[in-house]
Amino acid sequence: MASIETSDTKSGRRAGLRLPKAAGLVWVLVGLCVVAAFLSPAFLNPINLTNVLRQVALFGIVSVGMTFVILTKGIDLSVGSILGVCAVTAALLIGLDLPIFIVFVLTLVAGTLMGAINGIGVAFGRVPAFIMTLGMMVMGRGLALTLANGQPISLGSRTKDFMWLGRGDFAGLPVPVWVFIAISAIAIYVLRYTPYGRQIYAVGSNAEAARLSGINVRFVTFSVYVVSGFLASLTALIFVSRLTVGEPTAGEGIELEAIAIAVIGGTSLFGGEGGVVGTIIGAAILAVLANIMNLVGVSPFTQQIVKGAIIVIAVLYEMWSKRRSKT
Amino acid sequence: MPVSDAFDSSFEKSISQEDRTAADGVGGEANGMNSSSDLLEMKEIEKSFPGVKALQGVSFKVRRGEVHGLVGENGAGKSTLMKILSGAYQADGGEIWLEGERIEAPSPSDMINRGVAVIYQEFAQAEHLSVAENLFMNRMPRTALGRIDWRRLRSDATKAMERLGFQIDPDLPINRLSVAQRQLVEIARAISREAKLIVLDEPSAVLGDSELHTLFAIIHRLRQEGVAFIYISHRLKEVFELCQSATVLRDGKWIATRAVEDWTTDTLIGSMVGRSISDYFPPRNPSPGEEVLHVEGLTREGIIRDISFTLRKGEILGICGLAGAGRSEVLRAIMGADELDSGSVRVHGKTTRISSPRDAIGLHIGFAPEDRKTEGLFLGQSVRFNVTISRLKRFLSFGRLKLAEERKAVEQHVQRLRVKTPHIATPVGNLSGGNQQKCVIAKQLNAECDVLLIDEPTRGVDVGARREIYELMIELVETRGMAVLMVSSELPEIIGMCDRILVMREGEITAELPRNASEEEIMNYATFH
Repeated sequence: MASIETSDTKSGRRAGLRLPKAAGLVWVLVGLCVVAAFLSPAFLNPINLTNVLRQVALFGIVSVGMTFVILTKGIDLSVGSILGVCAVTAALLIGLDLPIFIVFVLTLVAGTLMGAINGIGVAFGRVPAFIMTLGMMVMGRGLALTLANGQPISLGSRTKDFMWLGRGDFAGLPVPVWVFIAISAIAIYVLRYTPYGRQIYAVGSNAEAARLSGINVRFVTFSVYVVSGFLASLTALIFVSRLTVGEPTAGEGIELEAIAIAVIGGTSLFGGEGGVVGTIIGAAILAVLANIMNLVGVSPFTQQIVKGAIIVIAVLYEMWSKRRSKT
Repeated sequence: MPVSDAFDSSFEKSISQEDRTAADGVGGEANGMNSSSDLLEMKEIEKSFPGVKALQGVSFKVRRGEVHGLVGENGAGKSTLMKILSGAYQADGGEIWLEGERIEAPSPSDMINRGVAVIYQEFAQAEHLSVAENLFMNRMPRTALGRIDWRRLRSDATKAMERLGFQIDPDLPINRLSVAQRQLVEIARAISREAKLIVLDEPSAVLGDSELHTLFAIIHRLRQEGVAFIYISHRLKEVFELCQSATVLRDGKWIATRAVEDWTTDTLIGSMVGRSISDYFPPRNPSPGEEVLHVEGLTREGIIRDISFTLRKGEILGICGLAGAGRSEVLRAIMGADELDSGSVRVHGKTTRISSPRDAIGLHIGFAPEDRKTEGLFLGQSVRFNVTISRLKRFLSFGRLKLAEERKAVEQHVQRLRVKTPHIATPVGNLSGGNQQKCVIAKQLNAECDVLLIDEPTRGVDVGARREIYELMIELVETRGMAVLMVSSELPEIIGMCDRILVMREGEITAELPRNASEEEIMNYATFH
């Protein structure tokens, strides 16, 4: 090849050093909000906006974990089931009259362990991530239903001790939103300012080159599934607290939502490209879109069609813009 | 495209380039044929990729029944031209004429239907299907009921192979065949599709001597039937043996086409390189210091055996040998990239165990792998990312990367190594081969390596940028006191650069030769007697 000198100045984003396509996405979000306000005056109602934010937070936390996984060129289909298992676990532990703090810790440990099993399978057993986490998704759901005996578990008299996490407010914002802000801040910091963050991008862009560059590829791969499991269990706690009941079916379908959010946010399914800033905006875009459809009375069935189409379109767009930049 | 080996050529003679102008036409006159026997004519073909002119006004003719050699260095544009011929790429300008008919914007299936077959080094074969199924893929004979007619498939396959004069059990799964046999199957497949023009992309790179002769015999037989071949090879001896005419491309431009009788090894090489070899390598004043790396008895069953040598500070040590002799594997073994069966490594006088590239980098051993794109670089990531990834610790304070310091360090490396990049945030995949290689070297500097293992330092690097890489390597050893262990398939490079030369054959070191050993001497140890 002869010398190539193109001036691709916007490419800093690839190393996660700049905002990932964020500017464009912000405009999409703003546009959607304007459309929403135009279609339904109820959109701008503070109660409605708070609900949207809550939604962003719930899906957003799982999506941050998904972003880590996808950055390594992996996928985690089991987050919904991990969420279900953890929801049931939390409700059962509360039923045992354990202190809330212990309930939190044990639930988080449960989700983290499930993530670790995924990680071991993918990183050390070399099971393709798709298969490993698909298996975990089915097993996890079965486990949740078994533990709960197929029934939702009520928190009963202890509902009150627990409610603050899902329903409480702090400084004018719902607590889950604060949790999401904290998680996002940590994730952005890790990806941008730590060697571990760089290594995640390295593994996703070229695992063999990463190994030859002295990166412990197996450990990095393993770790992102642990992160994803942990964040799914954190979301489970919020779920249970908000619904005041441990549903074994909690989180069904959230894996697709999380993948969609990450992809819309500009994280490439082919690994090594994207980041958490995009994911936050992606979560907001999907939440606002869902809210518009609810407000104007689009049926939940139709909403599914739209969401599915959006994922495909987001990936198509990525492929298209890649091809364009190549030729 | 790998330079499989340039051993057959005698590069050391200095060559002038005035003869490039002497080329006229395709040499058709020389053979007493007129232009109506042209099977293929490519006229003024242009092709650009972002920032590169891959082909500039390349014209090229192939007559019926001739074997036409296409030679040139890496990056000369041979494969781009063939991809345009096969329909895989579309030319930006120019015309393709096949049998007197102009073909516009062909797709790969158009070209196959018109009888153009390209046989690449990596075969497009269905690994688990049989020879017969591969031969007749997509056009299996059917019974009246539309089921596959297995009996006829088998007999058709046998016939197709007989026509070429070889025989392989048509029921054998293709992945049980040797590389040579698979190549023959590919040719048989092309012929059974009525191919009139077959492009062979470096067929000899994977063949042994006797297999090569079988291939040549088949080519001769098909030539009698009027089939034409375009033969791409780095082994000039083969070009002289097999081809009737040869075309040289250099830097995306047509240089010359002549009947093979009118070429000599010297003029051919002169046209390929475009300058004399002696200008190529910068002068060297080697002054080896203390031992930095010593390996003893490195063995990997069936790959390398009992490899021992010492590398000194300020020294460039070369490893050469034929493809498959285990050269790259020695580097990989030292790096801990592959597991060893036995052997020990001493770094700075201390015996150490290197069980992963991580350990090696910790000991300040750097590695520039043979295949930059799949092993050396993160193509989609920025120059900056690539340069610092193997040692980010340098920029760490209290667990936080100091991005400003990192940027400054990378900018310094880029400046010092004269990496031509618009910005350190530019994806490294957008740079030219030479600049990519500089990034790989910058990465080793950033990791503060004092031993550099470099595999094929100038593969995929422009002719013009090669000297820069050579100068850089010499600077590393002479002013920075590094030690370099380099592997190369290109003998002139080994001879021009290295202070000592290790020759390998079949996984073993067969000789250690001093600087300026002759090619004949090296070849003597690299091949069988």
